Amino acid sequence: MVRVEFLGPIQKDTLELEITNLKELADVLQKLPEMAEWLENSAIAVNDTLTSELDIALKDGDKISMLPPVCGG
Amino acid sequence: MLKIYDGGLPVAKILEEWYQEESTSNYGAFLPFIGTIRDEDGIIGLSFDIYEPILKKWFEAWVNKAKSRGAIIKMAHSRGDVLLHESSYIACVFSPKRRVALEFIDEFVEDFKASAPIWKYDLKDGKRIYALDRSTAINGSGLLGVNG
Repeated sequence: MVRVEFLGPIQKDTLELEITNLKELADVLQKLPEMAEWLENSAIAVNDTLTSELDIALKDGDKISMLPPVCGG
Repeated sequence: MLKIYDGGLPVAKILEEWYQEESTSNYGAFLPFIGTIRDEDGIIGLSFDIYEPILKKWFEAWVNKAKSRGAIIKMAHSRGDVLLHESSYIACVFSPKRRVALEFIDEFVEDFKASAPIWKYDLKDGKRIYALDRSTAINGSGLLGVNG
């Protein structure tokens, strides 16, 4: 089971999914209408490290975070 | 040194602490940047969410970058609501000579704006409104989108 957390302004509860890579996560999230505004502008972290690879293998207990556009200061 | 505070920052206390911490470290330059909340667009303040695990990693990378130039950095940021004219962000660089500190604070604050996992909201008309139009997508965003 992989946990998917939505950070900052994304108003969505954590998901727990049986997925083995980020491509499968993309397929799940692209079917959810409430995610449409966030998929194109959010970054993805696996176990708190940002990633740019869709084919990273995921294992049981991994944490995925979705980070929408930022503005500190 | 990265510290997160609930609400507005105690600016004088933080600067005094940082100054004292390095007062005998033989740095010739101490360059603080202090960000404050301006009265504009009818807001009564700003509010912030922070994701600390990635913020800490991001900051650690900058600590190492500073070290490679003989400098050190310190940073404080607010979480939650910060009212008008209060401070939500202080960053500083200590370095042996001024040129490194002047250049480094600019690079550091620019990357902070573009990459640090912090989300800003306007406090206005009794609401907390995400400041999307002033926010920056982190490098590599869109991975899970249809073009990812």
